Amino acid sequence: MQSTIKYNENVVRQFALMTVVWGVVGMGVGVLIAAQLIWPALNFDVPWLSYGRLRPLHTNAVIFAFGGSALFATSYWVVQRTCQTPLFAPKLAAFTFWGWQTVILAAAITLPLGITQGKEYAELEWPIAILIAVVWVSYAVVFFGTIVQRKVKHIYVANWFYGAFIITVAVLHIVNNLAIPVSFTKSYPVYAGAVDAMVQWWYGHNAVGFFLTAGFLGMMYYFIPKQANRPIYSYRLSIVHFWALISIYMWAGPHHLHYTALPECAQSLGMVFSLILLAPSWGGMINGIMTLSGAWHKLRTDPILKFLVVSLSFYGMATFEGPMMSIKTVNALSHYTDWTVGHVHAGALGWVAFITFGAIYALIPKLYGKEEMHSIKAIELHFWIATIGVVLYIAAMWIAGVMQGLMWRAVNDDGTLTYTFIESLVATYPYYMVRLLGGVLFFAGMLLMAWNVWMTTRPVRETAPVKVAAQEA
Amino acid sequence: MSSGWSWYISIIALANILACVWLIRWTAKKRPGEAAEHETTGHEWDGLQELNRPMPRWWLWLFYITIVFGLIYLVLYPGLGSYQGLLGWSQYGAWEEEVESVEERVAPLFARYADMSIPELAEHEEAMQTGRRLFGNNCAVCHGADGGGRVGFPNIANNSWQWGGSPEEIHKSILDGRRAVMPPLGAALGDDGLEEVTAYVFNLSGRDAPEELVQRGQQRYQSMCMACHGADGQGNKAMGAPNLTDDNWTYGGSLEAIKTSIRDGRQGRMPPQKDLLGEDRVHLLAAYVYSLSSHLREEEDAGDDSGEEAASEQEQARND
Repeated sequence: MQSTIKYNENVVRQFALMTVVWGVVGMGVGVLIAAQLIWPALNFDVPWLSYGRLRPLHTNAVIFAFGGSALFATSYWVVQRTCQTPLFAPKLAAFTFWGWQTVILAAAITLPLGITQGKEYAELEWPIAILIAVVWVSYAVVFFGTIVQRKVKHIYVANWFYGAFIITVAVLHIVNNLAIPVSFTKSYPVYAGAVDAMVQWWYGHNAVGFFLTAGFLGMMYYFIPKQANRPIYSYRLSIVHFWALISIYMWAGPHHLHYTALPECAQSLGMVFSLILLAPSWGGMINGIMTLSGAWHKLRTDPILKFLVVSLSFYGMATFEGPMMSIKTVNALSHYTDWTVGHVHAGALGWVAFITFGAIYALIPKLYGKEEMHSIKAIELHFWIATIGVVLYIAAMWIAGVMQGLMWRAVNDDGTLTYTFIESLVATYPYYMVRLLGGVLFFAGMLLMAWNVWMTTRPVRETAPVKVAAQEA
Repeated sequence: MSSGWSWYISIIALANILACVWLIRWTAKKRPGEAAEHETTGHEWDGLQELNRPMPRWWLWLFYITIVFGLIYLVLYPGLGSYQGLLGWSQYGAWEEEVESVEERVAPLFARYADMSIPELAEHEEAMQTGRRLFGNNCAVCHGADGGGRVGFPNIANNSWQWGGSPEEIHKSILDGRRAVMPPLGAALGDDGLEEVTAYVFNLSGRDAPEELVQRGQQRYQSMCMACHGADGQGNKAMGAPNLTDDNWTYGGSLEAIKTSIRDGRQGRMPPQKDLLGEDRVHLLAAYVYSLSSHLREEEDAGDDSGEEAASEQEQARND
């Protein structure tokens, strides 16, 4: 049946390769700034290399360039296969690739130059923000156009999640970026004060919820059952956790603004909805992991499946931790500490990057007509060094964060603070070292993946006839 | 919040939560003719299928528990529009309560210190431990953990005082703050004049500068700078005009730094701590700052000038 449909694989290939490229860049910058926190001199007194400018470059590169390219690649692959139809508007699809890469390039130039809106995860100034909006709406047209053209009656669950992710990110991005330009490189938001903060974190948290959660759940719902060759555990669970997740997530943003000038009613709603979010979040983890029932033995031999399944355990961990940290009493300790950094990386490295590694390792051979990746051993090695890297990273940041929170709140009998801020910083250095080590390991794994992808995709003359045979099969 | 908005937000928040309950129950319902639990739903996409399993019971319980907790929380705490919650809790209330209880606990301690003089307190070990912690969390960010200052923020540990080093003067500096005004003189002096005065001021602290420039600089100094910095450059503590002869520089003592200070002026500002820390803590802090240079004062009092030497040595060490 598949052989009769000519799927658009070119744009998938492009995005899949750029996922790897931006992964190397984004994680490389992450390692550099982790080192800068220990040795500030590593900015070499060059403004473009200063921590404050490279940090947003790191976050933009890993979330939007690495994660974004992975989402484009997999969603284009998944929506065609599960709708049994080629991509709608292939030229527009090509535009989304070149447009998105232009956005990333513009980010990589403007952020080190210090051109920024100063909104976390929404730093890019208005000309780039407009380009993002145009690319994103094009993405929606391609994706939903393909859904409309589908040759099967039902819409597969992965597409629900991809669809929710695409629509919501469009709304979030446009509303949060409403600003009045004063020059080509500077604009001011239309919101002010606590309203601006609320809009920013409504955006910020839903960027986590829809970009980094719903989008990657779409990836999970295709690649796990595919790789395990098992049916999805529970259709009913899919329905409940999908609708509950996307509706409840919308409210959770205010937990970023506990104990601030934000009205208390908004803070409380943010906390309550974050707690209720626990079960809907875990629904995806259960559905993914339980899909393996009857196929657990495959985990022993298939490192791709290892990546996919372990990503779900990090997902479960991070989505348990999140609601817990949103409780005001816990937040009073954790807020502004490195615990938050650890939490984010449990999600970003353990969940987002792991599921992406698994999906890309599964996709690349198919996209290039190969039986499998060049080296399965290298995938296995990648899995282990990346796992050790994440564990070192998040354990170091947990300990550092809790320590900082406790040091900042310690009070003497005379009413004075027991520690000065600088003392808490000095105490954090050992953990910064461990974090750097974790980051270096994770980055090393990424480099190994780049090598493996290169070896798999490079044109090889002698085996050309084999390749043709594989494609025909 | 107007009552319209209050109702609006409360209703959609509760509706969203209750919709989840309805969603669970609606989805869990068995329908005639549907697939059995271990069978697939019959849909297939690219070889992918899904089973018609019920939702795990423990997971449903988790979901219900968080919903019940959430609803109870919204009854007890402010969350639904302008409804304040049964407990009457607010973050400001909680904060004030905590501050009050700490204040109450430490009040007797600070009251005891308030009765002691600053020089007395400076010898009081326990009081100085408290003082050091207050300094570390409130003053060190500008003046440095050792009080050694940094560019733009005076060294307050070397017994060289811009505004006076008596206990009363230090106390006043902290309590009410200080505002220094060095006017920009670049335009009035012109390029040549600036060079000359800079050379003169540079020379005042005993460093070599071209004789000719220094002489002409001196004349200009007498007409433009002397009113504040004094005929001999010793400064005037009453108005915060620094001593120019002791090689102790808030904004740097290089030729370039001195020139910049003269050309562009300097507007040093010490913020008043009265409303932030209160009289009692300022009293203790003044004693702590006073204690930072106690050993230098003692040496001075002993009759030799090794105190000053020690000060400049310390200064030297810091500059290195």
